[in-house]
Formats: sequence, C-alpha cells, structure tokens
Amino acid sequence: MTEYEANETLDVKGLSCPMPVVKTRSAVDDLSSGEILEVVSTDSGSMSDLKGWADSTDGVDMLDQDESEEDGQALFLHYIQKE
Amino acid sequence: MSSDADAPVETTTASVEDLQAQIQALEEEVSDLREATDDGGQKSMTIIATKGTLDMAYPPLILASTAAAFGWDVVVFHTFWGLDILHEKKSKNLKLSAVGNPSMPMPNAVAALPFMDSVATNMMEKKIEDNGTATIEELIETSLDMGVDLQACQMTIELMGYDEDEFYDGVTTGVGAATAIQHMADADVQLMI
Repeated sequence: MTEYEANETLDVKGLSCPMPVVKTRSAVDDLSSGEILEVVSTDSGSMSDLKGWADSTDGVDMLDQDESEEDGQALFLHYIQKE
Repeated sequence: MSSDADAPVETTTASVEDLQAQIQALEEEVSDLREATDDGGQKSMTIIATKGTLDMAYPPLILASTAAAFGWDVVVFHTFWGLDILHEKKSKNLKLSAVGNPSMPMPNAVAALPFMDSVATNMMEKKIEDNGTATIEELIETSLDMGVDLQACQMTIELMGYDEDEFYDGVTTGVGAATAIQHMADADVQLMI
C-alpha cells in the first residue's frame, strides 16, 4: 500500500462497535481540510464500518485500509482524509 | 396529405396567456415544494426505546450514536421501561433476565431461581468489560456529545414517579407522543426497540 503521512493518529485499540466510528467522527471534525487521520483499531468490524461510514458521509475520503499485527493481535488501520 | 398540412389549426386549446399563467403557477408550486423539502440532504432517524433491560438498552444507543457520526439528525424517544436508560442511577444498574431467554445456558426452571437474574447480569457485565464494549453510561454521554436528542416521555416520568433531576444532564424532558410523531413524520428511518 501507499504510505500516508498522517497528520493525526486516533488510537481506538480495545474498543468495539460503535466507538471506532463515533470517535473517528469527532477526530475528523478536529482536522483541517486536506489533513489525513490514521485510525488504529483492534475491532475487525471496523474494516466494514469505517468504510461504510466514509462512503456515506460527505467531506471524508477513505484513502486506504490495511491490516497489521502487534504483539500477536490483529490491527486494522484506516487512512481518512478530510476534504 | 398536403391538404391536411395547409388546413387551419383547430384552436380549441387554451390561449398563450392562459398557458403562461398556468406555467407560472406551477413554477411557484415547485419552488414552494423545493423549499419545504429542502433539508440540506441531512438524513434523520427516530427511535422509540421502550425496554429497560441491559441487553435492550444497547441497540438504540449504538444506532443513535452511529447515525449521529454519519451527520444524521437523531431523536431517541424513551418511554415506559426505556426511560430507565436515561435515569442516571437506574442506567448503571440495568438487569438481564435469565427467564424466557433461550440464549441463556440454563433451563427456565433454573433461571427462575431468585438470584439467577443477578448471575446472568454479572455474566453479561463481565463479557461487556472483557470485550471493550462501551457501558450504557458511556454510550449516553457519547450520544449527547454527538448531538443526539435523548427524550424522556413526560407521561412515563410522572407514571413512574421519577424526578426530572434524576436523568442525565442534556436529556430532553417535557415531551410527549406528539413530539415523537412530529419527528417520525419527517424521519428517513423510524425504529421501535
């Protein structure tokens, strides 16, 4: 995947639905236009949920989603740009 | 064929002036309708929350906070046992019923024992904590922060003998069925939970 220079990182590790989406919304609200937010989640549902949220919400773009691993735990990474 | 084309046109239809007046009237009507339906593309959802058990308190708050994250205008109208979700003290002590719940790993005869609701509730609270699922209190605070309008049915407040001060700060009181219907009429999604 392309490496994105995130302006902010939101750590929602350990949180489950609906918190990753809800906290992402608040974090995006604090961004300036063009800035990129990296969301780090352990919730596998966040892959579908954050994509769905970004697709149906004006003013945000899901640039990329990626999976990684940390200490044997799956991590789900999301790169969201505010338009 | 050619003689038809040369024949004078029958003018039984309206005059040009009449047509212009009709077009103008229609244009005004369309413009009024546009104005009336223009909500800036914002979607809206009304949820009626009627249940006050631990398991049934989650769906309205999860859907409400998520819809607010989508930028929707959300109202949750809490009535009857659903009112307990907004009651600051009771919301922290919602119970799960072991009886009549086929998902419980015990027969109804055992589930009916006096302490079983507490056992089932403790079990669920432990699972909620282990899974990183938000508590009801967290979901209420989050929903209010996101701009969800949590409404407490005034009739039920009086029926249950609650005081308005017993609800979370930010909860709307002094509303009834008509307020809920008014929001439902314009909502894209209406749910009764």
